[in-house]
Amino acid sequence: MDLLLDAVVIGVLLGCFYAAVSIGLSVSFGLLDVPHVAHPAFLVMASYAVFFLNDRFDIDPLVAGLLITPLLFLFGLAAYRLYYETFERRGTDAAVRGIAFFFGVAFIIEVLIILQFGVDQRSVTASYIGQAWRFGDMRIPLRLVVAFAVASALTILLALYLSKTFMGRAIRAVAQDEEAVRLMGANPVRIKQWAFGVATAVLGVAGALLIIVAPVDPTLDRAYIGRTFCVVVMAGLGSMSGTLIAAIILGVAETIVLTLFGASWAPAISFAMLLGVLAVRPQGLLGRR
Amino acid sequence: MKRSVTFWIGAIAFLVIILLTTQIIGNEYPFFAGYVILQFIVLAVAWSILGGYAGYVNFGTSAFFGVGVYTAVLLTKAAGAPLAVQIAAAAAVGALLGLGVGLLTLRMQGIFFSIATIALTIVIETSVTNWRFLGGAAGIQLQRPPVTPPFHSYVQMLFFVQALLVVLAVAIARYIQNSWIGRGLQALRDDELAAECTGVPTLRLKLLACVISGALMCAAGAPAAMYLQYADPSSAFNLNYSVSVLAMSLIGGTSHWAGPVIGAILLGVTQQLLAVTISSEVNVLVLGIMLVLFVVAAPQGLIGLFRKMVDGRAEGKA
Repeated sequence: MDLLLDAVVIGVLLGCFYAAVSIGLSVSFGLLDVPHVAHPAFLVMASYAVFFLNDRFDIDPLVAGLLITPLLFLFGLAAYRLYYETFERRGTDAAVRGIAFFFGVAFIIEVLIILQFGVDQRSVTASYIGQAWRFGDMRIPLRLVVAFAVASALTILLALYLSKTFMGRAIRAVAQDEEAVRLMGANPVRIKQWAFGVATAVLGVAGALLIIVAPVDPTLDRAYIGRTFCVVVMAGLGSMSGTLIAAIILGVAETIVLTLFGASWAPAISFAMLLGVLAVRPQGLLGRR
Repeated sequence: MKRSVTFWIGAIAFLVIILLTTQIIGNEYPFFAGYVILQFIVLAVAWSILGGYAGYVNFGTSAFFGVGVYTAVLLTKAAGAPLAVQIAAAAAVGALLGLGVGLLTLRMQGIFFSIATIALTIVIETSVTNWRFLGGAAGIQLQRPPVTPPFHSYVQMLFFVQALLVVLAVAIARYIQNSWIGRGLQALRDDELAAECTGVPTLRLKLLACVISGALMCAAGAPAAMYLQYADPSSAFNLNYSVSVLAMSLIGGTSHWAGPVIGAILLGVTQQLLAVTISSEVNVLVLGIMLVLFVVAAPQGLIGLFRKMVDGRAEGKA
């Protein structure tokens, strides 16, 4: 029983972290309908950038994550522009080739990381990594608490951005009815490009959290395809509160299965849940459609 | 009719040449490398039956391939079944798995279908990893049975068997492309709703495409167990198979059965050369870059480029 309680507490912390790594996809795939299979690869790339800054200049991983955020924003702008010019604008067949495009990009990033950093696991150093809090018998790693706090802040900030600011509302307007936005005299493509930039920029801090929570290796993105898409689809495409709830469900499910059946089943949990959600309730928990 | 005759003469000539080379060339290496290329031709042709004609992007090639490998492993270990039985059983299991994937397509289109096929791959891989009898995560060693004459070595025999599968796969793809099945699939690819409304049995066609594609992919995977004499989940279900096959089909062009064949030969040969001369990482890098380049710049693949060239010349004349 104690073990199960442990699992639930850790699961909730882990879940908030999953929300932080998925929230960018929730914008790019959930709101903008971009088949962004390369999202986890972008995430791992950000982690390696954080690793580089931490390893070379001894910068705190979270600060490093903030430092690379503007670069990621620009990278996102460029990526969307390329995607738009080559696929969305030409129309026909865009879906099939768009998916293949992002799948190819993900593999290119994976290999470039391998060529640059090798296949070994990498981790960062910071004062809060390696310590733990104790409550009676329960032991909670401090790195998870840090990830939980930062992840919650990040998720809430992005949700506020989308609901309170002018640009955020414009992004949701594009998601609801692109044609109407066009008729109001706004340029939907520029709004979507901005949104994709924001979705990619968030990966700076998310990537820092990824490498704080556990060491990363170049093929880690494959596991996170399952986790991020599971969270976003379960949430109901584009719902921010749904993202948080779905991520916590995934986190708790993972830690419980891990405790009961062992680590060798861990990779399948998110993918199995994703399959289940797709089969039973494709519109998600809080679906917009 | 006449083209059919030409096709079959070509196919038989291909098999005869393959058989002759296995008799003449003593060195095993060409067959060892050639086998991989033939295997990719089968996978790419099978992929484009669903991915090309019907427009459902299947990322689960590795799931089918791996299931084929492990069907063969299971039969060898449990019953010592001969190669032909292994392949036939793998095809049957592949057809069933294809049916399952087909049922997924009932509710999902586009990216959702693609993501679901990745999910399926990982779920099956994890199940096999946890299946002790099949060796688990550490993998399993296999002993090759004695070779059947007229072949001198087992690899040569596998090479010939895979060539047979190539002919089978291409013949099926060609038949589908030229029959009402192919036209129906293309119609549902362009607009599923419109196709359904004009009386195309979209549901049955999709299921059929999934079953055929799945059976061929699994059949192509079955001999791989004996080829390597070893199987482990993380390489049998490696997503690299999915991306390679996707790249080969799209680079060749999916509007004609020759597209995936050309793509598989081209990329397969390049991969073999790169793997020997540089490294397998660069190999995947080249594959990824070519995939992205073609998808961006030449969406119809090499077949499309070729047609454009022919059309351009015809216009010039007129």
